[in-house]
Amino acid sequence: MSARVTLATAQRVLWQIRHDPRTIALLLAVPALLLVLLRYVFDGREAVFQSIGAPLCGLFPFIVMFLVTSITMLRERTTGTLERLMTLPLAKLDLLGGYAIAFGLLAAAQAVVVCIVGFVFLGLDAPHGAWLVAVLAVFNALLGMALGLFVSAFAQTEFQAVQFMPALIFPQLLLCGLFVARDDMASVLYAISWALPLTYAYDALARATSLAPLGARLVLDVLVVVGCTLGALALGALTLRRRTA
Amino acid sequence: MAVQVEDLRVVRGGNEVLHGVSLAVADGSVTGLLGPSGCGKSTLMRSIVGVQIVEGGTVTVLGLPAGSASLRRRIGYVTQAPSVYGDLTVLENLRYFARVVGVGRDRVAEVLDSVGLSQFTSRLTSSLSGGERARVSLASALLGRPQLLVLDEPTVGLDPVLRTELWRMFHSLAHDGTTLLISSHVMDEAAECDDLLLMRDGALLEQTTPDALRRSTGQDDLSKAFLAVIEAAERSR
Repeated sequence: MSARVTLATAQRVLWQIRHDPRTIALLLAVPALLLVLLRYVFDGREAVFQSIGAPLCGLFPFIVMFLVTSITMLRERTTGTLERLMTLPLAKLDLLGGYAIAFGLLAAAQAVVVCIVGFVFLGLDAPHGAWLVAVLAVFNALLGMALGLFVSAFAQTEFQAVQFMPALIFPQLLLCGLFVARDDMASVLYAISWALPLTYAYDALARATSLAPLGARLVLDVLVVVGCTLGALALGALTLRRRTA
Repeated sequence: MAVQVEDLRVVRGGNEVLHGVSLAVADGSVTGLLGPSGCGKSTLMRSIVGVQIVEGGTVTVLGLPAGSASLRRRIGYVTQAPSVYGDLTVLENLRYFARVVGVGRDRVAEVLDSVGLSQFTSRLTSSLSGGERARVSLASALLGRPQLLVLDEPTVGLDPVLRTELWRMFHSLAHDGTTLLISSHVMDEAAECDDLLLMRDGALLEQTTPDALRRSTGQDDLSKAFLAVIEAAERSR
């Protein structure tokens, strides 16, 4: 692995995105606009908006980076650039690391915008500081990126790749406790929710946006998210083959 | 020998597409790999570059087993479909690949000039014509001054002037010691090569030279000569 090649790859991904200003605008504006929408859907019910809207600020980057990364990697496979890179002195970790840096930066920008809108303009509360939500958002984005990289290996077309979003992300959103407390779910679902990484991502955000003390559980949550990210990246590295049929 | 292939067999999608191919590519030669589309040229090239899962046989490239990590700095590979980033400019594509192989910006400028793309540097690669994109892909492969260049149909869709210029460049690269393996399905390009590998249906029909091919078949026209080789192979079967 080489820092030069990793950084070159990160810069290349950012160059690609820079040539697509509409994607940048959508990335930055859509989560913020959805949050505004949510604010007026729960008009006058501030407690509900707080309990859903505040953690959501840190979950948007997870969802978006999952999608963006799986499509980017799929394009890398289908246009032959991945095969070219595999014939060059580039380690798989250079590629994965470059992606992580580029999409991590993008996620940070997205998180800052949505946190400013949520915590400054829409009156959401972050008793432990909005910066903590933004930092958690970047961790979650990297988790989404890692999962997106991994599942892109199982998609042959963009149509298939976008279907992985509802297939893998929606169930996690439903079971993580964002909409319904996990204790209130059917016991089977409650048990399953322990095995899903988004449960821990949400738990950290829920703690960061409530008055409850952060405690050791927050550290555990972050460790689980980071662990799942590294696990998914390792699995993703296995799907990057130097030799193919 | 730059490339030595022994009894190479490749299975793709349950079908054997290379049936025990053996050949050698001499150091510093321009070797043409000729045959109709679908005869296994690309699969053979992929095996030499080391990206193809092979069923049997050995492929030795620059003295090492194909696919060895240290070969990645020494081989340049250009696929038939240009494998460059359409959403980057020509210059950004080249700068990225230059940093991956570890060469500087002066080398980028040099390579762009040698493939005649100097006026296109700020153009988005997806906005280029097919032939221009193919040259971006070729330029990217030249960056690291590879000892072996494996080019899959590099002149397809180019006008005759450009085609002549590229062949001139290939010869000058060979003159400087680079080994080139170039596939084509157009027999008139065979005349440009030092050595010829004639393929059909996943098998090597003959390893020869343009002159030897003309002599052995009594045909001046290389297309007709190739046809004669195919007919002879059918008869002897």
